[in-house]
Amino acid sequence: MYVVLGTAAAIAVAAVLGMFAFLAYFALPLFTADGFARMIDWTWRPADGSFGILPMVVGSLGLSALAMAVAFPVAVAVCAFAFGIGPRQPARIVMTIVNLMTGIPTIVYAFAAAIILPPLLRAGFEGGTGFSLLGAALVLAVLVLPTIVLVIDSNWQGLMAATRHTTAALGMNPTQHVLGVMIPASRAGLLAAFVLGFGRALGDTMVALMLSGNVPLVPESPIDSVRALTAHISLVMSLEVGGPGYQSAFAAGFILLLTTSAISIAVRNMGRRGSSGA
Amino acid sequence: MVRRVAEILLVITSWVSSLGVVAVVVALVAFLVYRSASVLDLQLFFGDVAWPDAVFGGARVLHGIWPAIAGTLILIAASSAVAIPLGIAAGVFISEYASGRFRATITFLVDVLAGTPSIIMGLFGFSMILLLRQTIAPDAGTGLLVAAVCLALLVLPYMIRATQNALEGLPAEMRLLGASMGMSHSQSVLRILIPAASRGILSGAVLSLGRAAEDTAVIMLTGAVATAGGRGPQSLTDKFEALPFKIFVIAAEHNTAEELSVGFASALVLLVLTASLFSLTFILQRSLERLWKA
Repeated sequence: MYVVLGTAAAIAVAAVLGMFAFLAYFALPLFTADGFARMIDWTWRPADGSFGILPMVVGSLGLSALAMAVAFPVAVAVCAFAFGIGPRQPARIVMTIVNLMTGIPTIVYAFAAAIILPPLLRAGFEGGTGFSLLGAALVLAVLVLPTIVLVIDSNWQGLMAATRHTTAALGMNPTQHVLGVMIPASRAGLLAAFVLGFGRALGDTMVALMLSGNVPLVPESPIDSVRALTAHISLVMSLEVGGPGYQSAFAAGFILLLTTSAISIAVRNMGRRGSSGA
Repeated sequence: MVRRVAEILLVITSWVSSLGVVAVVVALVAFLVYRSASVLDLQLFFGDVAWPDAVFGGARVLHGIWPAIAGTLILIAASSAVAIPLGIAAGVFISEYASGRFRATITFLVDVLAGTPSIIMGLFGFSMILLLRQTIAPDAGTGLLVAAVCLALLVLPYMIRATQNALEGLPAEMRLLGASMGMSHSQSVLRILIPAASRGILSGAVLSLGRAAEDTAVIMLTGAVATAGGRGPQSLTDKFEALPFKIFVIAAEHNTAEELSVGFASALVLLVLTASLFSLTFILQRSLERLWKA
């Protein structure tokens, strides 16, 4: 039994390490002095031999940052609603719906938004196609919201039980409790929720691919088109075979993998500090 | 005074945000139903083919979403066949056998895997095929098997975590039960702990099915195609149609209003499929909590 179970665990470990090794191996040709310089560049124009992926790095970061700028405050507000500001029954309904949102496929959000949003954005802002940083970020915000809410929720449940009677005895109302106690006392949990949400936004492919317009340029305004690293991978893989453009997909994959792994490590360390401090 | 203003602002934003979130979800579902209503019938699924012929007789469905549904179902089955046993076994090992440093290392790697974007799994599958082509199998290509393995990698962390949480959430007395009856550790794990944790493990399995069903990024790099001859995949190396990829293709390439309606209907079908799987997970977890609290 030990052997069978141990083998299964070993396979799981090998899968993760294997994934790193594969991507590193295929991205390796780029990490020569010449290939690296070619990749770390601000122009992506394969026809002229320019294969810089920095615009996509900026695109990914910009999309995720804008999405989080919308999603994080909303998530905190929803949690505040669920933890005392809203009446009990509506609060329960809101949390059930947020739970259900985790079951809505990304492609469903992306499809509906790709049909609805661009015409609205075209009507609302002069110029552009409507496939933009702003549109993609708004949809991404909806996509990552449940992740953030559920992390804060699990963090707040213990805190709520521990502080509720004390603050009630001090004569605080639920709003004062959330504002004066819950939010300040859960700074580590809120940070972890933010970082996890950011990681999810960064890793999304379909919303970026279907809504951001995929233009490989650094955006100058929120209604400009951008291309994310994830979308770049899927575009390159479906259009090209071989060559440096092809390798840039592996470079993009490797950058993504390093970033999301760093996020996992950061969240883990936060959890450790949080639990030892409590 | 500043505090008072902050309190009022928080109350307003919390109401507006909560109502907004509910409104978005309700509007999304209503919009899908409204836009797909005109095409929601048997013809949507099977075109002009009688449904028993398509489902059981292998008749080709050239104007319907049945091949995509069949592809998705077979894909879920194939990836679960890999991920569920592997995930349960690894989860049991981590929770009941591994110790100290080793356990921390595996748990950490599972966390990293859980945080990895799905497109990376697709890229991984694609690069495996590249490597196979350069070395031992020049004819290797993407297809059902590669997609299923990569999807299994995607859902493996959910399965491992669910198993781990289900076992670690058991009451402490239950661990003493086996020992007090003279069972070996493995007997106690197999006869007492795993059966007691089975509902939690099952909810993890259902969650994995849902995640495998909805993912698009993995399969678009590992063998999903827009049309695969009007049938579900016939062998493990076949290219296949799948519901999420079908929706993506329709978004990019629809020409008529009717094709667009078929896209909305496909999205609705996929939503119903994953939402029921996630609801089942939710209910299983709820009932599990009640079981041990009582």
